[in-house]
Amino acid sequence: MLDADFFRRWMTATAASVDREADRLTDLDSPIGDADHGSNLQRGFTAVRATLEKEGPGTPGAVLALAGRQLISTVGGASGPLYGTLLRRTGKALGDAAEVSDEQFAEALRTGVEAVRTLGGAAPGDKTMIDALVPAVDALGESFAAARDAARAGAEATTPLQARKGRASYLGERSVGHQDPGAASAALLIAALVEAAGE
Amino acid sequence: MSDTRTVGIVLVSHSAEVAASVAELAKGLAGGGAGVPVAAAGGTEGGGFGTSAELVAAAAASVDRGAGVAVLTDLGSAVLTVKALLAEGDELPPDTRLVDAPFVEGAVAAVVTASTGADLAAVVAAASEAYSYRKV
Repeated sequence: MLDADFFRRWMTATAASVDREADRLTDLDSPIGDADHGSNLQRGFTAVRATLEKEGPGTPGAVLALAGRQLISTVGGASGPLYGTLLRRTGKALGDAAEVSDEQFAEALRTGVEAVRTLGGAAPGDKTMIDALVPAVDALGESFAAARDAARAGAEATTPLQARKGRASYLGERSVGHQDPGAASAALLIAALVEAAGE
Repeated sequence: MSDTRTVGIVLVSHSAEVAASVAELAKGLAGGGAGVPVAAAGGTEGGGFGTSAELVAAAAASVDRGAGVAVLTDLGSAVLTVKALLAEGDELPPDTRLVDAPFVEGAVAAVVTASTGADLAAVVAAASEAYSYRKV
């Protein structure tokens, strides 16, 4: 079973991973974006870490809802409302249970990913975070490690795609040949699940 | 209609200067705005390019006169932030609408329409109709 501490560790591990990878995310965002993805997410997850410490939410749902709210407030770029909605909707779907099963979490995360798709209007293959998140959710029933691998493969598979959403879509064919920064950061978020589980 | 409460207008841009300038322009072209509450929410709280949920929420609260609030945005994170705040339920005043409209032309149409004492639906419709104004 997964408790509030597990979800706190997930957010902390994501913050640490975003810290480590911030430069790479910004580099990915330079040729096809506005070169702020790493620093934006770093600011957001640093704030998430601080607010979770300060407020100490007691349930899995409350941890994710608070984290999502914080991302919407602090990121400043499109990834804020997108990741914020992902975590907030996932958290709401978990309700106020003190512990949730792996299956309940997988189902809730699917709800969160659907909310992101509704918000941003992106479909698989549009070269967005959805390309990492959808395969991750599909693999989550197997294991966290399988979800991590699926997210990473999904992110890498965005490289040959032409962007159809967001600022990169204005570049048309010139967006081909670059990995999508949002898919790359989504893969970090999913990989942090493995760390949180201590696997 | 003189006792009608006026619809508030919020202008959200990635740039503080763009949001503030479009607000001034819209009020100017509406004959001073004639008492229409217009607020700009541009850029991040740190003064950079981007969108601040806090600035958007504060701007919406500042123009709410009880007749609804029409929010116009430029693109990307401005649109997504407003949508995320609307989905939150309690972050923006009741009867806040994200308007699908061109930013500059829509703002002018919204402020002029609001200055006549029109209701929120009419303000939203006027701003959206600004898309149909062809220049060539």
